[in-house]
Amino acid sequence: MQINTPFFKQRAHDALADENLQKALAKLKTGFPEKRAIAVDRMPEFEELRNQGRDLKNHIMEHLDLYLEQFERKVIENGGHVHWARTADDANQIILDICQQVDAKTVTKGKSMVTEEIGLNDYLEANGVQPVETDLGEYILQLRHDHPSHIIAPAIHLNLEDVSEAFHANHHRPKSNDPAVLMQEAREMLREKFVAADVGITGANFCVAETGSTIIVTNEGNGDLTQTLPKTHIVVTSIEKVVPTLEDMTLFLRLLARSATGQEFSVYNTLSTGPRREGDQDGPENFHVVLVDNGRSEMIGTEFQDMLRCIRCSACMNHCPVYGAVGGHSYGWVYPGPMGSVLTPQMIGIEKGGMLPNASTFCGKCESVCPVKIPLPKLMRHWREDEFEKHLQPKAARYGLASWAFFAKRPTLYKPYTRMASWLMKSWAGKDGRIKKLPLASGWTDWRDMPAPQGKTFMQAWKEQQKTKTGEQR
Amino acid sequence: MSATIKDSSTRSQTSRADIFANIRRGLKSDSSDTQRQQTVANRLSAKADNLIPARSQLPPAEQVELFKTMATEAAAELIELESLAEVPQACADWLTQHHVDQLNCASDTELSTLDWQPLDEQQIGRNERVAQVGDIASLTCSFTGIAETGTLMLHSSAQSPTTLNFLPDNHLVVLHRSAIVGCYEEAWKKLRQTFGETLPRTVNMITGPSRSADIEQTLQMGAHGPKTLIILFIKD
Ligand code: SF4
Repeated sequence: MQINTPFFKQRAHDALADENLQKALAKLKTGFPEKRAIAVDRMPEFEELRNQGRDLKNHIMEHLDLYLEQFERKVIENGGHVHWARTADDANQIILDICQQVDAKTVTKGKSMVTEEIGLNDYLEANGVQPVETDLGEYILQLRHDHPSHIIAPAIHLNLEDVSEAFHANHHRPKSNDPAVLMQEAREMLREKFVAADVGITGANFCVAETGSTIIVTNEGNGDLTQTLPKTHIVVTSIEKVVPTLEDMTLFLRLLARSATGQEFSVYNTLSTGPRREGDQDGPENFHVVLVDNGRSEMIGTEFQDMLRCIRCSACMNHCPVYGAVGGHSYGWVYPGPMGSVLTPQMIGIEKGGMLPNASTFCGKCESVCPVKIPLPKLMRHWREDEFEKHLQPKAARYGLASWAFFAKRPTLYKPYTRMASWLMKSWAGKDGRIKKLPLASGWTDWRDMPAPQGKTFMQAWKEQQKTKTGEQR
Repeated sequence: MSATIKDSSTRSQTSRADIFANIRRGLKSDSSDTQRQQTVANRLSAKADNLIPARSQLPPAEQVELFKTMATEAAAELIELESLAEVPQACADWLTQHHVDQLNCASDTELSTLDWQPLDEQQIGRNERVAQVGDIASLTCSFTGIAETGTLMLHSSAQSPTTLNFLPDNHLVVLHRSAIVGCYEEAWKKLRQTFGETLPRTVNMITGPSRSADIEQTLQMGAHGPKTLIILFIKD
């Protein structure tokens, strides 16, 4: 996928002005977050599950090499194959080779963000293998030559009208605006493709070391048809998805659906363990697992190791005010929202991805809903510091921060200057106390008014409060 | 072509070495770290439970009620039967009501030894094969039902092809009351007791019929999997 991350600012600006996108995004605010809140309320142990989830993932990362070895051993024991891919390039070539070995013409695909990350579809197509996306959202996007804007609801940026037009143009059927009719159309169109495909590619939510199984968690059933009907099943997943036992996988399953869609459990939770067995009448004859690294192993032992806990539930973006305002495409690459702001610089480099960790209000909502308690704001700050040290930030930000640091280190100057700044901002505000235009901050004031500082500076208020407190103590 | 295959397996081997080297460098450890090995071996053999919600640790009778409530909430249909012998009549009734003239069955002995006369009476055909595009209804057994979320657990076998669970428009599943467990953990224990170390090729946990909210975030039932899931619940 083309990287547009450096243009975040412009893309966000355009997104805010895009009425259709804003209409589509408006639904997000009442959709996933409300459903999640209800599901969490129904599970009194949810907080403790989160703590255990965090601790278990930490344990896994501390023993990642050993669990991966065990998983590999078990897959082979069950008659499957394991492939390792250090880079996206390695992964693509390995997958293409498997396809060519079985003379594959078409490949059906279940929803997989790792295959987006490595750009698999373009690679296969360029080499004469036709990929067919079968998840409804991904299918719509493939018809539109579009990309996912969300990790579990890929077509969330589209409205009914967009889907209806795409189907009408491709299916040559009467145009319909009924979601039920459209879904039935997709169901019928894809039926034959499922059967005709030579290879089925799915992702995996977890890889179980104990049994050598992979699991997919879905609602549509397309992933199951994708991995059951063709002769060859390729699981494309990443190294941090390994878990020790079925019991350990269960802990994450309890967290995943509730955090993602607010469901008690997704409709289909399917374990795959090797190829078809003697006597089986269906199921794939060949079972491959491609374990993709693509920068993850380098995160071990660094401040970004915490990010490897991510179970790709999407709660952080569903609750993010920035994502909710600008949508997933503004982020310019595969992973949007808070988790994307941390992962993208790691995967495409800080030079190209450095803009994203700044795309945050640091409100902390993401961390508070993350099922494995990833300190997302802290990790974004790490990137900001990294970017600052590498002198990669735009001049305005650099000078702004540098001059703030200059004053902050000199308390005698800091106080009078912040008081002065506060007074100055008040003088810019209208009668309603709101600033319509702020120099150097039009990205903010074009879309909302800035409240002028009210009353005292923080330092003034702090000092007075300390006085009262000490007074009370006496 | 053999050149590229070799190339890709070399890539895999080099990648593997690099990935493990990176991880071990990051962890400041190597493969001979016996303490870490012991920790991993212990965890893998203990298969210990993590937190199990109180909801799924109820007395058996309440568990059964919870299963029914949760399965219904997930939009599964529940038909209660006194005994397994009533299954053919229940199928005949349901299929007739929905104008379906063909039932594709798993060939588990439990099903194939039933008296299927009621289907013949309604001129409904019955066969035992894998599912095909265009199939309208299938019938399979289930391994267990998990009360916590109203989830059915099925597994592949020579008698029970997996396509029967996903390709037909309607999926009828037999579930015995006695097979219901409280939580997923109990289901894993039951699987291990039955199959030992090696799981069946696939284990399907199914909670209600197929659905999608990919068009405008509006939930629609019946995406690619069955549009209805009917649980034939045997009270014995
Ligand atoms: S960072 Fe946390 S909240 Fe965001 S997708 Fe990952 S697990 Fe979910």
